[in-house]
Amino acid sequence: MNYHRTLKSAVAALAVAVPLCWSGIANAQDAVNLRMTIWSANEAHLKLFNEIAAGFKKDHPNVTVTYESLPFETYTTALTTQIAGGNAPDMAWIFETAAYDFVNSGALYPLTDTLKATKGYNAEELSATAAERWTKDGKLFAYPFSTSPFAMFVNNDLIKASGAKTPAEMIAAGQWTWDNAIATASTVGKTGKGGLIVRDFNYQIWQNLASVWNGWGASPWSADGKTCTMTEKPMVDALTFIHDAVFKNKAMPGPGESVDFFAGNAAMTITQISRASLLPKDKPFAWDLVPLPKGPAGNYALIGQAGVGVMQSGKNAKTAAEFVAYMTNPENSAKLSQFFPSARKSLLNAEVLKKTNPLLSQEQIDKVVISGIATGKVIPGHTGFAQIQQAVRSGLDAVWRPDANIPAALQQICGQIGPLLKR
Amino acid sequence: MAVVQQTARPEARSSSSFWTIARRDSLAGFLFIAPQLIGITLFVLIPLCLVFWYSLHEWNVLANTFTYTGLANYQMLLEDTSLPSVLGATAIFSAGLVIFNLSLALLLAVLLNQKLAGITIFRTLFFSPVVVSLVAWTIVWGFLLQKNGGINGVLLLVGIEGPNWLREPVTAMISVIVVQVFKNVGLNMILFLAALQGVPNELYEAARIDGAPRFKQFRRITLPLISPTILLTSIITIVGSLQVFAQIAVLTQGGPGLTTTVLVYYLYQQAFQFHFFGYGSTLSIMLFVIVAVLTFAQWQMRKRIVFYES
Repeated sequence: MNYHRTLKSAVAALAVAVPLCWSGIANAQDAVNLRMTIWSANEAHLKLFNEIAAGFKKDHPNVTVTYESLPFETYTTALTTQIAGGNAPDMAWIFETAAYDFVNSGALYPLTDTLKATKGYNAEELSATAAERWTKDGKLFAYPFSTSPFAMFVNNDLIKASGAKTPAEMIAAGQWTWDNAIATASTVGKTGKGGLIVRDFNYQIWQNLASVWNGWGASPWSADGKTCTMTEKPMVDALTFIHDAVFKNKAMPGPGESVDFFAGNAAMTITQISRASLLPKDKPFAWDLVPLPKGPAGNYALIGQAGVGVMQSGKNAKTAAEFVAYMTNPENSAKLSQFFPSARKSLLNAEVLKKTNPLLSQEQIDKVVISGIATGKVIPGHTGFAQIQQAVRSGLDAVWRPDANIPAALQQICGQIGPLLKR
Repeated sequence: MAVVQQTARPEARSSSSFWTIARRDSLAGFLFIAPQLIGITLFVLIPLCLVFWYSLHEWNVLANTFTYTGLANYQMLLEDTSLPSVLGATAIFSAGLVIFNLSLALLLAVLLNQKLAGITIFRTLFFSPVVVSLVAWTIVWGFLLQKNGGINGVLLLVGIEGPNWLREPVTAMISVIVVQVFKNVGLNMILFLAALQGVPNELYEAARIDGAPRFKQFRRITLPLISPTILLTSIITIVGSLQVFAQIAVLTQGGPGLTTTVLVYYLYQQAFQFHFFGYGSTLSIMLFVIVAVLTFAQWQMRKRIVFYES
């Protein structure tokens, strides 16, 4: 009797427990966890990303998005190591220099169909030039969520103290050229302070020098990416100019010298406008933001980009693509543009940009940001860029010496990277 | 009681017939080394086999392809125009490091092998870099070695314009060697100190009575008696020198040119920066062979140069 009672109770308990467990398993199976690797660990950025993820969760309650911050300097290496280890993220930020590698390899899930199917997305307003590097065979493989122009930050206090003309005065007089910019930097340099710094270049990240050599119409390789053009006259002239600025005019810090503009120790620095957040609040100086000077080839602009793509190998690529579509829709793009300038045409106006970049004046936004994004060339990139970057860096070490034979060094570099470009 | 003893005896006999003392000792021995053995199998032997397997493939991580290419990566070793420079830099670095490290460690050990008040403070001082974080140590040296850094600042005080340490080929190599030596010289110094303190005093007394000068005592008594430690430290230092990575990554990134691109840094670049995991694995195999050959050669040399008291 006792035995039968126990048996009955057990069967009843099973009858209740099994469906409950089953529904639990079914719910667990529906739950989708998406991970996005990013290179920012900025609290304000993460707060906004989490808000966007929470917004997505309202319509997709089973989807949870987390962000994994990887170190900026080794970001692509860490990302590819994760992929090699079978632990690829669902979504990843991608540097503009690595774009060709990711887009051409087939590592990314095509986004075009998902973006077009998203209500109110208005994919057409993304400027074609901004999307060019992220597109293959008419399909967008990563969305360029940040299109940030390079510009010149200026410390007017240092320049005025040295007795040189400020860039604003030169712009007003129509004299804002590279020759005059270097003359001012040299004057400040002679006072013991730093002249002009190409930020993050550090004689390693040579692609940032495009912010100078584009003024000469120079490029490291041909438009189709197949031929090295570093031996051509514009590049030789541009690098000779930079070399003289470093070693003859003392207008730029030399190799192994570190000077920080944002600590108030240099006259000018070329960097992206998002670095305005580094301007000192405790000991402020009179600063300005101006377009890059006119080079022998005329006016020009340079932009850096960051894309966000969905990894093809992820189990939830379709859901991840839907999240990217949500993250970059017009409403969220407007929010993101306070940190990452958008290439959406509707957001490229002074009214919107003034709201999202309160540190910049109307004039700075018009002349630097809008004009820069509209006309700027993207920083150089290529398939197999890491290897090419290393070969050029190594070769340019011969240029960064006082007694350099620049044409010979550039000839050597072309010999090194020629076969890599043809791959 | 007697019954219990009778039933227990056959069990005891059967277990003792299998679990002989030798077997029990073996089991105990295996159990003691099991954690190490499992660790080595999981983290050394299996990865080593996998690296060899990868070296026979072209592995495109981004395209997710893994294609068998036979010995193509080994063929590439022969055709790689950068490899001679890389091997040259590795050899210079290793030779410089071993010579400078062992000489300085021995010199410090001899100087600190004195019975003086406060000598422990100096021993601690010279050993302390060993326990400092390698990357933090290297970053600080990076600042000191900048053109407008601390070292050149001090030199300027005495009217000397210092070189651009990390940007000139010769000084860059010297700098990374010195940074590495100062980091680890304390470890070898302690080993030499222990060895020096093991040399019997009577031998020196006898030599003094025979009129042997101090340098001769050092050459004829000290060096032979500490030669096992010299062998040990030289093996550790050479193997360590072939694994140097952080100092290069932080201080020079392999430059200027390829002058400080040592083998480990080069294989890191190939595998993790350029995504050539197959070729990177091939370079790892080459490094493994170099380390194995050098260790074997040094081990063989012990018969000729190492003096064992026994």
